Amino acid sequence: MNEIVGKPIDRVDGRLKVTGKATYSAEYFPKNMVYGVLVLSTIAKGRIKNIDSRQAERVPGFVGIMSYKNSMSLHFPQGADPGAGKFAEKDLLPMQNNRIYYDGQAVAVVMAETFEQAEHAASLVKIDYEIEKPTVGLEGNLSSKYKPAAGMGGAQIQAMRGDADAALHSSEVKFEQTYTTPVYHHNAMEPHATIAEWTGDNLMVYDATQSVTGVRSLLSAMLGAPSDKINVVALFIGGGFGSKGFTWPNTILTAMAAKQINRPVKLVLSRQQMFTTAGRRSQTIQKISFGATSAGKLTSTKHETISESSFVDEYVETAGLATNMLYSCPNVEVSHSLVRLNRVTPCPTRAPGEAPGTFALEVAMDELAYQLKMDPVQLRLVNYADTDEGKSKQFSSKNLKECYRRGAEAIGWAQRNPQVGSMREGDYLVGYGMATATYPANRSPSSAKAILYADGHAEIMCATQDIGTGTYTIMTQAAADIFGLPVEKVQVKLGNSAYPKGANSGGSQVTASVGPAIRAAAVGVLEKLKKMAISDNASPLHGHKEENIFASDGRIHLKDNADKGETYTQLLNRQGLQKVEALAKTNVSNRQQTESNPAAKGTAEASAEEESKTNPAVQEDEHVDRKPYSFHSFGAQFVRVLVDPLLNRVKVDRAVSVMDIGKVMNLKLATNQIMGGMIFGIGMALLEETAYDPNNGRVVTRDLAQYLVPVNADMPQLEVQFIDIPDPIISPIGARGIGEIGITGITAAINNAIYHATGKRVRDLPVTLDKLI
Amino acid sequence: MEPFKFIRANDPRGAISSMAGSGAKIIAGGTNLVDLMKLNIEKPTQLIDINGLKMQTIETLPNGTVRIGALVKNSDLAYHPSIMKNFPVLSEALLSGASAQLRNMATVGGNLLQRTRCPYFYDTAAPCNKRVPGSGCSAIDGYNRNNAVLGTSKYCIATHPSDMCVAMAALGAVIHVQGPAGSREIPFGDFHLMPAQTPQYETTLKHGELITSVDIPPMPYATRSHYLKVRDRASYEFALASAAVILNINGGRIKDARVALGGVGTKPWRATLAEKVLTGAVNSEQTYRTAAEAALSEAKPYKHNAFKIELAKRTLVHALKTVGGMS
Repeated sequence: MNEIVGKPIDRVDGRLKVTGKATYSAEYFPKNMVYGVLVLSTIAKGRIKNIDSRQAERVPGFVGIMSYKNSMSLHFPQGADPGAGKFAEKDLLPMQNNRIYYDGQAVAVVMAETFEQAEHAASLVKIDYEIEKPTVGLEGNLSSKYKPAAGMGGAQIQAMRGDADAALHSSEVKFEQTYTTPVYHHNAMEPHATIAEWTGDNLMVYDATQSVTGVRSLLSAMLGAPSDKINVVALFIGGGFGSKGFTWPNTILTAMAAKQINRPVKLVLSRQQMFTTAGRRSQTIQKISFGATSAGKLTSTKHETISESSFVDEYVETAGLATNMLYSCPNVEVSHSLVRLNRVTPCPTRAPGEAPGTFALEVAMDELAYQLKMDPVQLRLVNYADTDEGKSKQFSSKNLKECYRRGAEAIGWAQRNPQVGSMREGDYLVGYGMATATYPANRSPSSAKAILYADGHAEIMCATQDIGTGTYTIMTQAAADIFGLPVEKVQVKLGNSAYPKGANSGGSQVTASVGPAIRAAAVGVLEKLKKMAISDNASPLHGHKEENIFASDGRIHLKDNADKGETYTQLLNRQGLQKVEALAKTNVSNRQQTESNPAAKGTAEASAEEESKTNPAVQEDEHVDRKPYSFHSFGAQFVRVLVDPLLNRVKVDRAVSVMDIGKVMNLKLATNQIMGGMIFGIGMALLEETAYDPNNGRVVTRDLAQYLVPVNADMPQLEVQFIDIPDPIISPIGARGIGEIGITGITAAINNAIYHATGKRVRDLPVTLDKLI
Repeated sequence: MEPFKFIRANDPRGAISSMAGSGAKIIAGGTNLVDLMKLNIEKPTQLIDINGLKMQTIETLPNGTVRIGALVKNSDLAYHPSIMKNFPVLSEALLSGASAQLRNMATVGGNLLQRTRCPYFYDTAAPCNKRVPGSGCSAIDGYNRNNAVLGTSKYCIATHPSDMCVAMAALGAVIHVQGPAGSREIPFGDFHLMPAQTPQYETTLKHGELITSVDIPPMPYATRSHYLKVRDRASYEFALASAAVILNINGGRIKDARVALGGVGTKPWRATLAEKVLTGAVNSEQTYRTAAEAALSEAKPYKHNAFKIELAKRTLVHALKTVGGMS
């Protein structure tokens, strides 16, 4: 077994993608469809006084306009399944009244026969506002900060062990600095896009989402439509990075608009609208304090984070959570405060919390190392956490020391002269920097269905998503190994809410959550086949014991005598069966809300739960005692930068990541994921920033010419290594998710390298050249 | 986007007569105009496609002047052997702009007319004197990191975005236009306007006039020239500061100097004050620094762009070092 898992096979959907045949959510054309275009508020706070659509209505092809004046009533989504979908603005149902809380709030949907007509008509809608003075700028509104009770999903965000203040006061070495990060945007290639079509009470929705079942339950709750009549499909997603994890008004509005005009509606956000209307990462101000011995042992750590949220929901950027567990320290205090601003609600953005949090923590560690005249790697080893001291648990698997060792070797850390500004290459200053990467290894309940057909091919179905990460491919690999089939004979179907519910594509959890469910479903089918063969007089396996039967090469056969067995086709044909199927649900969760509710009776979930009671893979998995364990991935990132001393241009020359993420499911895709994270981190460190107008609070950088993501010319040589030691506790698959860890650490490593090169410490991201002059 | 009529012109006269009514606009590469139309900033009622006109050639006249047709693509100009050899500053400027795909579409004539990327100009909900005269300038008290420090007024501080134009300003190019009243030549420095009280007027091109070609006068010493562009990311971004430098050095002295700056001015900024310092001076780093100080002596910073003054000086010094060889 495990012959295909781990192999660097190409994406199973690669050909579809490069030939344009992969259908993304905007790429369907139901009959009679109209195009919807959003009209957005151009003020950050106030009320709509008047909507004048007379000119818009005269545009040829105009079909209708929906605003708060004529939209259907919505319900607040409390009734949705817990944890099954998050509407981004809990206190602001879209288009229910005339209040404006942020620039870019959806105020009308204009519908027309063609996209061009809809765009034109939307541009002619005149809206008069009563403008109120918005609350703009985090720095100027710190006096209104408050401590929220909990983070997303009830996460504990105020934590304390020991007495950090007292320990800091009495420590030999003291350090304190403040770090700031701006608002960032996700900038997925695919914008948010929805097509909604009603047929009687049935609602079909194509939506660019990281959670098809979440969208279904939100639509059900908000529109008051029965969940079993709603089907949400997202076969391919062009990146989400968290922006498609919450459901934004555009999705709900498309369904409302389609209902209003009784025709299918397609609504795609423009790139400009993506900067105002579909989430973002919160700005942060983070103060880090360390107390240490002169030998570098931490005695006190404090991490105070101030972030901002909107007036319509409370989202906390949990920058301090990693500080609670990353290093060994007896006295730790982590706190989070929020300020409300007239901006769209922030939401998770690739490595929410950890990305800005490890920037602050890992730059602070670097500063402390210089203050102590200590090697930055050595400082981390001196404070190495063998256990999760925040939770008083052992780690399920941790090989971080090996990451440091390999990373240092790969970058040539030994050649680094610790003296700042001492290294040169031609006209350039050279700097080396490193940081620790970390992200929680999440797992949630998931279910899946497996079907083996008499022709010898298998299908897997799961309502999770492939958001571009490679889920289709690695799940195909996992199922192929169980069935003993080549990947060509296994088809994995995802992104349809009609399938058994899988994890949402957030929190780096899909591989660890969905993988075991798919594996268990495949095992369930095999069990049935084995039983069939054993009780079949005509089978060569008749009367043999289940545990002596294996699957490989499209057959079941005796473990010790591969010749004694038969193909799936032979067995099923003789049994007169076209297929054998199995449902499985693994109810394991290590997220904050530990146990999921039992599935509702009569649903596919309930059948999966019932069937799983006798599924050996589920039983074995669920009987692992995970309570004593804390689940995290780790890594070490090292970079080498070149800085032009006159113009202060920074070039990341080399970047190395060594990641401890459990079992590597597919080396090619895993490398790709970490590289993507590193590129995200380079943008975060050096380029990206969403600017707001200081007077009216509106977004200024609303396109990809003003908001700078890195381009190929900014790319260094990216090197990725994996420890590849399976995590035996998290799941039978042994893999932890890797979507997000790549961006943690790298931002600090670049910052630390710039300091090493120049002697200038920039604590305010991004490190643009004006800050180095 | 507003609906519009689309016609093709067969000759310059046809294009010019088609422009007679208000609301008509010429389209060539369309790399800037189409964006502006999508965002409802430009709303022509009629587009006149001139891509069929015979203005695609680069020729060297008997007196050594290089005549560049208005429809020559930016990429074709940048890679033209005589431009690369005789006017490297122009080739480098062109190649530092936009992306390969855009350069393959964008024309020389269109580049002369490209409009600012000030974010407030692009946001039709924001006041902008350039877009809606009299509505106010959002950038002066707003987010102005990328705005200009030279040639600004209290009505507009938008930066001119072109790289090509900076090199052409230094080369002293001459723009040929044809209009209802015949043809005329416009010296490069007289082509673009500073905003003053009327930022909506950006050039001295009159309505109904068509740019037909650009002349680069002979300048043998321009083989020693360089365009340096400094920006946040390594490619595909407008300049924070850029410098076009041409030096004629003889016996340790600078005989002639041409200097222009980009990314800092409201028009392609010929730095005559720097040229004065350089001309006749000893070819030394000290001279470069003095010239850079002079170039920016009239700069006026705004809240987020003060760094551009120092950055432009350093950019100019760096470019002078590259050409002059002194460091």
